[in-house]
Amino acid sequence: MAARDGGEGDPGADRVALYRDMLLIRRFEEKAGQLYGMGLIGGFCHLCIGQEAVVTGMEAAARAGDHRITSYRSHGHMLAAGLDPRAIMAELLGRETGASRGRGGSMHVFDPERRFWGGHGIVGAQVPIGAGLALAEKMRGTNNATFIYFGDAAADQGQVAETYALAARLSLPVVFVIENNSYPPGTGLSAAKGPQLIDRAKAYGLPVRTVDGMDVLAVRDLAEEIVLPVRAGKGPVAVEAKTYRYRGHSMADPAKYRTRAEASRVRETRDPIDTLRARLLETGHADADRLRAIDREVKEAVNAAAEAARGDSEPAVETLDRHVYAEAAS
Amino acid sequence: MTVEIRMPALSPAMEEGRLARWFVREGDAVEEGDVIAEIETDKATLEFEAVAAGRLGRILVPEGTEAVKVDTPIAELHGLEAPAPAAPASAPTPATPKPAARNRPRSRAGVHLEPGWPADLHRDVLTVREALRAALAAEMGADETVFVLGEEVAKDEGAYRVTHGLRERFGAARVIDTPVTEAGFTGMAVGAAFAGMRPVVEVMNMSFALQAMDQIVNSAAKTHYMSGGAVTCPLVLRGPNGAMGRGGAQHAQCFAAWFAHVPGLKVVYPYAASDAGGLLRAAIRDPNPVIFLENERLYGRSFEVPALDDHVVEIGRARVWRQGSDVTLVGYGPAMGAVLEAADALEADGIEAEVIDLRSLRPIDADTVIESVRTTHRCVVVEEGWPQGGIGDHVAATVSAAAFDWLDAPVARVTGADVPMPYAEGLEAAALPVAAQVVEAARRVAYR
Repeated sequence: MAARDGGEGDPGADRVALYRDMLLIRRFEEKAGQLYGMGLIGGFCHLCIGQEAVVTGMEAAARAGDHRITSYRSHGHMLAAGLDPRAIMAELLGRETGASRGRGGSMHVFDPERRFWGGHGIVGAQVPIGAGLALAEKMRGTNNATFIYFGDAAADQGQVAETYALAARLSLPVVFVIENNSYPPGTGLSAAKGPQLIDRAKAYGLPVRTVDGMDVLAVRDLAEEIVLPVRAGKGPVAVEAKTYRYRGHSMADPAKYRTRAEASRVRETRDPIDTLRARLLETGHADADRLRAIDREVKEAVNAAAEAARGDSEPAVETLDRHVYAEAAS
Repeated sequence: MTVEIRMPALSPAMEEGRLARWFVREGDAVEEGDVIAEIETDKATLEFEAVAAGRLGRILVPEGTEAVKVDTPIAELHGLEAPAPAAPASAPTPATPKPAARNRPRSRAGVHLEPGWPADLHRDVLTVREALRAALAAEMGADETVFVLGEEVAKDEGAYRVTHGLRERFGAARVIDTPVTEAGFTGMAVGAAFAGMRPVVEVMNMSFALQAMDQIVNSAAKTHYMSGGAVTCPLVLRGPNGAMGRGGAQHAQCFAAWFAHVPGLKVVYPYAASDAGGLLRAAIRDPNPVIFLENERLYGRSFEVPALDDHVVEIGRARVWRQGSDVTLVGYGPAMGAVLEAADALEADGIEAEVIDLRSLRPIDADTVIESVRTTHRCVVVEEGWPQGGIGDHVAATVSAAAFDWLDAPVARVTGADVPMPYAEGLEAAALPVAAQVVEAARRVAYR
């Protein structure tokens, strides 16, 4: 989104756009956590606070026609794909105005127009689906890429390995993005045995790269580089972005597998938004007043989205059985 | 001693084959295990070995003969201890096809006659396999977003030869071989369908689709709903389901009721070739995911098929095979064989059965069944799947709710046995519904 919003060839404007995009995700997630705590958001709510740089940097290399698909930790990806924060918030609140008309919830938002295909609640299931999006583009002869996001937990799923095999064999235009936030649900990754996550993709012949997922510029630069061969029909690539999730796996996770001190240390030293802010000030691409104005605008936008969504109606009960089947286009 | 060498059945479902080549000539000595002939079916080419040593006598079926029925004597083999008799033996035994009275109405060499069609409707005779293949080819020809993927579908032209010739005609980009990754390639098809393609996934066996059940249920079936109608998934997943002839518990179970349980899926299980072809074309055109169930025992069976360019059978409509006023027999899929045979037997006893082939299991044509029961006042539901939570349960509940006052007896069910499918021949036969059970159930509800 940043690349589309920012001025072409103006590195300062691009960087400020990245800052704004990450901040929008951060503020949105904080608001979602707040509404969850108030009992207004039900069920599951997986926040990506701390991980903003990964999807923001990757999306900077995306262009119209590209597809993206992700897991249940998906609010940031929706925002980065350009979905309206109000439609997302309304979905979290279960409103008819929600992106999925209140039928989906936090984990199940879709927007075919923006080529955002969910939002999937089964760990790893989005990965083969993403390969199918890419297969459609390959069959149509376009050079659109598909970005498939999944976490370190999903990387253990068998169907991820199956998809590496399929994508490699069919030479599909896929960028696999492992968002390694260091903590699969309920456990520390250090307990896991076996090859490093990215080495598994390598074993299927995919070119692989790793990147600091807390550094949005590094992610963006890598994304712009690796998407080129994908667009050129040279087959899939895989990236592992090392990032950090500040909150629990979901709102129900107390995150007892790590110390509060560790989370604080990461936040103080590696926070993706603070890091970029410091860099913008240092390089003179933005001054403090400008960044403060952005902070205020983003906060107001999120508050306005939340307030508007709270005022919207829930789906009418009479519509319970609507949208089970699609009607044939006549 | 002279024995007859008979046309072998090289697979459980094989009914006939081509005697492609003799490797021996009359008078040749053969050892046990020598390859003596090559036999082709539309599924495979196989070498046929001598089961005993001896000297080949007369060849009764020359090489190149098409459609040689299983069990037909194809040559004589003289035992080593006895010299070949000089005088010609008795005239060649006429071909004796396997008892095939299972399914009527039949005529023209075992072809099903389709009831209720106009007399002047021009018909072809096709096997179920040929009808499926023709439907796939027609839809691929009409819509370039239609493509086929699965294991062995392209280069090997399908484990059951349904996709024979498709890669040659439509190219490798539209007939795609996948690795053995059911969850992976089914999920991939779901994604392609989201993006506007119309994938037809072939699973080699519906038991293997259980590996992909998450993608089928959680992704394909639910996404239209979960997205508030924004995303559609026009996907067909097809392949053989249920008993195949000693396939064993992990290859031969019927999962029709499982799939039919799921809102968001459509499920069809045709019996006749005309329905197989017509429903497949409808399934490919449908904007929803369709589970298209086939059966190995039906692939080679011949039926009349309307010679129409655009023979499409609407999903959700049952088919009435015959009308009757005494009892309604409801079935679907390969169980229709037992149902139709039972209807013949009942007719001979003066009981007129109305025979309904559901064809579609979701949506299910309850109206046709209820309408019939209101006339016959009796109903028997027949299926090869397990009894608990089966389609029969659903039909019985539906009929009881909608036609209770018309019923003269409780709805009876005839189902597959409540056991994993056994391997031994006798046990397997005992696990599947047969006509005699249907007759018995019909008599029970008719009090006759």
